[in-house]
Amino acid sequence: MKLRQIELSTTPSAEDIASLRLGDVVYLNGLVYTAREGVYMRALEQRANIPLELPAESAANFHCSPAATIRKDGSFDLGAVTATASFRFAKWLPEWMAKTGAKLIIGKGGMSSKDYKSYFVPNGAVYLSTVGYGTGALLGRGVENVEAVHWHEELGIAQAMWVIRCSRMGPFLVASDLNGECLFERENAKIAGNLERLYAGTKPATLKRFGETDDRTDEVIG
Amino acid sequence: MISIDLIEATAKELMAKAAIEIPDDYLDGLKQAASTEDGDLSSYVLQAMLENYEAAKQDRRAMCGDTGTPRWYVKMGNGTMIEGGPIALEAALRRATAQSTYELPLRPNRVHPLWRTDHNNNIGIGAPEIEYGYEPGGEWIDLITVHKGGLFGTDYRMLFPSDGIEGIKRFYLDCLVAFGKRGLACQPAIIGIGIGGCKDTCMVLGKRAACLRIVGSRNSDPKIASLEDELKELGNSIGMGAMGFVGKNMVIDANIEVGYCHTGGMQMSVHAFCLSSRRAVARVFPDGRVEYRTDPEWFTDYQRRETVEWEPMLEAAE
Repeated sequence: MKLRQIELSTTPSAEDIASLRLGDVVYLNGLVYTAREGVYMRALEQRANIPLELPAESAANFHCSPAATIRKDGSFDLGAVTATASFRFAKWLPEWMAKTGAKLIIGKGGMSSKDYKSYFVPNGAVYLSTVGYGTGALLGRGVENVEAVHWHEELGIAQAMWVIRCSRMGPFLVASDLNGECLFERENAKIAGNLERLYAGTKPATLKRFGETDDRTDEVIG
Repeated sequence: MISIDLIEATAKELMAKAAIEIPDDYLDGLKQAASTEDGDLSSYVLQAMLENYEAAKQDRRAMCGDTGTPRWYVKMGNGTMIEGGPIALEAALRRATAQSTYELPLRPNRVHPLWRTDHNNNIGIGAPEIEYGYEPGGEWIDLITVHKGGLFGTDYRMLFPSDGIEGIKRFYLDCLVAFGKRGLACQPAIIGIGIGGCKDTCMVLGKRAACLRIVGSRNSDPKIASLEDELKELGNSIGMGAMGFVGKNMVIDANIEVGYCHTGGMQMSVHAFCLSSRRAVARVFPDGRVEYRTDPEWFTDYQRRETVEWEPMLEAAE
């Protein structure tokens, strides 16, 4: 079966978001900004002013640090672009969404359906996953221009807030929907049925470890 | 005497090759996987990755935006002399790493673990790692750079002789299933498994098995080689593919390396390289020749030796 392909604005309407289905392939047009632990801590814990009009300029938060350089003349050289794993940012995302109106959270690996139901759905937001991982060169081709890099002196290049104009940047996969369904959990549930047979004949370790789970359906990330 | 300028120039070239060009052995393995994959989503992911490798080569840009944590493996023939000595060599590798980070560009991933200071050049305390190996004959230096991702897909466990092969399989599956969910391990990957050694050497062996052996290679011990085949098949029967979607391909190859360990233990480590498997190799000679390749050829009979003395003549006669 061929996956459905969709072009989406980074300031999408509620209808645009409602039309997305799990497993759709999405290409983005408009401004995206990168924000991960460095930006979240600076904006939410240290209360620094966010140097962008959000969500008017962009409702798309990319959990990303590009492979990029700031040249000596202040211009930017941006090569490949891929995401970092998003589950680590659950601590900050509810407040970030409330503050910035983000509708598209883009990253690696998604969040749990609990996260989707408790603060994505009420904010009308969905999760887009990068593909692979990662299709850094393909995503890099979707970068039309780097509009600005904020806080690079404070946070370093990898944690700075990169503001990127994209033209058909992709592919991304829709990994959550407005019902709070989770693409990865759906797949994990299908695989789980096979695990008992797979593990048959293996043996738990003689020496146990604290905090260990033997529940193979455990999502581990939460 | 090998020119230090040539070493530095070669090292810069290797940084670019590793970041941009997928090694042929892994590419062939992934194409083979793609041809057998029938899950909608996991097939789509593998096709996208194959397109991505082409895009990287065409544009001369990094395959992946997370360009890993660049490191160096250096091997020398016993007769090798380097202009300026080992200190000059390490400085040249650090310069090449820093300059390539800026010029390619790579992501400046390396930060201080506590203060998160980023020099924006992948250089810092202990970074990049530089590890050494030696071979009995010759005057040459092999420069190998590996840019492995650094967050997911690796674990260590102290097992005991009573855990046996069944315990090895359990820990192997636990690692693949836990890190394979949602594709955190960036699979399908070359999986490296270290067995034995001490805790640190066990990790080193497993990492080298993942990063310094190519797809299709087999351990020189036939019983270990057949365990490699078995673990590859086991990993591919989880029912999990790329990104943790339903699929048939989790392991492009399984490589095992062993080291003698404490009589009471059976240490084990598991390492997943990734869909970008970034490694590049060059041999530099005193006459200025540079030969590029993608097979590190690290695990020679000498590296796996078991005896007090190394007597290749004696081995040849056997």
